[in-house]
Amino acid sequence: MSETLIVSIYVFVLATFVGVEVISKVPPLLHTPLMSGSNAISGITLVGSLIAAGEGHGGMSVFLGMLAVIMATINVVGGFLVTDRMLKMFKKDKKQRAD
Amino acid sequence: MNVIVKLSYLAASILFIWGLKLLSSPKTARRGNLYGALGMLLAIVVTLTAQKIIDFTYILAGLLAGTALGLWLALRVQMTAMPQMVGVLNGFGGGASTLVAYAEYLRLGEAVTAASYDVRITTVLGLLIGTLTFVGSMVAAAKLQGLMRSAPILYPMQKQINAAMLLTIGALGAFFGIDPSRHQALLAIIVISAVLGVTSVIPIGGADMPVVISLMNSYSGLAGAMTGFILSNEVLIISGTLVGTSGIILTDIMCKAMNRSLGNVLFAGVGADYQAATARTEKRTVVRYTAEDAAMIFDSAQSVIIVPGYGLAVAQAQHVLHEVAKVLMERGLTVRYAIHPVAGRMPGHMNVLLAEANVPYDLLFEMEQINDDFQNTDVALVIGANDVINPAARTKKDSPLYGMPILNVDQARTVMIVKRSLGSGFAGEDNELFYDQKTMMLFGDAKQVVTELLRVLKA
Repeated sequence: MSETLIVSIYVFVLATFVGVEVISKVPPLLHTPLMSGSNAISGITLVGSLIAAGEGHGGMSVFLGMLAVIMATINVVGGFLVTDRMLKMFKKDKKQRAD
Repeated sequence: MNVIVKLSYLAASILFIWGLKLLSSPKTARRGNLYGALGMLLAIVVTLTAQKIIDFTYILAGLLAGTALGLWLALRVQMTAMPQMVGVLNGFGGGASTLVAYAEYLRLGEAVTAASYDVRITTVLGLLIGTLTFVGSMVAAAKLQGLMRSAPILYPMQKQINAAMLLTIGALGAFFGIDPSRHQALLAIIVISAVLGVTSVIPIGGADMPVVISLMNSYSGLAGAMTGFILSNEVLIISGTLVGTSGIILTDIMCKAMNRSLGNVLFAGVGADYQAATARTEKRTVVRYTAEDAAMIFDSAQSVIIVPGYGLAVAQAQHVLHEVAKVLMERGLTVRYAIHPVAGRMPGHMNVLLAEANVPYDLLFEMEQINDDFQNTDVALVIGANDVINPAARTKKDSPLYGMPILNVDQARTVMIVKRSLGSGFAGEDNELFYDQKTMMLFGDAKQVVTELLRVLKA
């Protein structure tokens, strides 16, 4: 095993613990926005896609990279936007009465 | 340069974690989502300025097309269709990961033989998980959208065939690991993973979709994390892992709420077996009540707990239901909503549907918070829910519902059930509660019945 892989595993394991800590505090009320929001975060693959698409060699690798950019961008833009749409709707009672 | 890039990725990771942390309260959740988006923007801008990129043509084309499609999807989707939407987005995340993994392999070109075993292994895993997520999510979305039969599709030797495919992928992966110039092995892995994506989701029925959607959510994160391993990119690993854990936690919650194990959902096709086995033999009669009868009960009631089910959302009756709730509150009744964890088609879906109808979230209560209060409640008003209120879950050992945590609707003084027919729910289990003395059955479309109730209450 290379040293970079070891570092990657470190990051992976620690991130798992952080994830469990943070996510388990999200109430069921917000589970759908959590899912679409976290899903938007998984669009971070976009970073990898950008590198692949911007290689400049042309050819298959760049074409696949561009397809990946499209898919990941849909994931990111659609995910964050739709999450915001949902979260906007959650209102407390007081505001409601004031309407 | 490299240091700045790495530090920016760290900042982006912090924004993601912080954003998720703010999701723990409805008050801060919107800001949390914004932080997540900012983190993403930061990561993208930094990547674009990194030296590795020398040609922006394809990037810009991709970003523009993706943004347009993403905007279009996010702005037009209905809240009832949110599970499909999340499914499709999950799928795109997974698909992108597959493409990046493969493009990275192509990019290495000749150098690939020199690439270490780490890269080979993570490439194989990335392709497997990414493809599985892409295809599996699309199948789940198609089922939810009604483009495909939502009932479980079963065939003989299902488990064995899936296991054989996984083994084949493992063998091909080993083959590629030993000799990475074997380009065909990778293509074969992609194809078989795609088939596995189909065969592992079609046996799962509509009622189990919350589990599938959360599981796919988890996979899409893992696929991203795998890409991070391939590229040795920490921000990818961190954010992918966060999504992976989030999906797994939600999957676990959904399984508990249905009293099923993950393996049971994935491999059993439970609903299908049972529905075939239980044809209703005895015919019993129930008393049919009208909206006027219901309104009279409310005249003398002081508290009501509303139990919404997916039938409510499909009929788009959540808005008029809340009108009813408002009238009752104006009369001084205590009105609360009890939300079962699997009400809807994905975790927390019912909360979103009610929020859309402007139901204040502090009227919404989770099952554990409210279940002991049913016994002190005058009226339990059930709309379009079935299995989650079926007392058979407590007593009937041979029922597929047995052991599932349910809402204690049967303990309320009066139970009103709005339902289209006496038909059983997903689980195919008849509901004793319908025949109970204190139960008032209001048959009809949820929207019609509730609208009628509102009219009578206002009169």
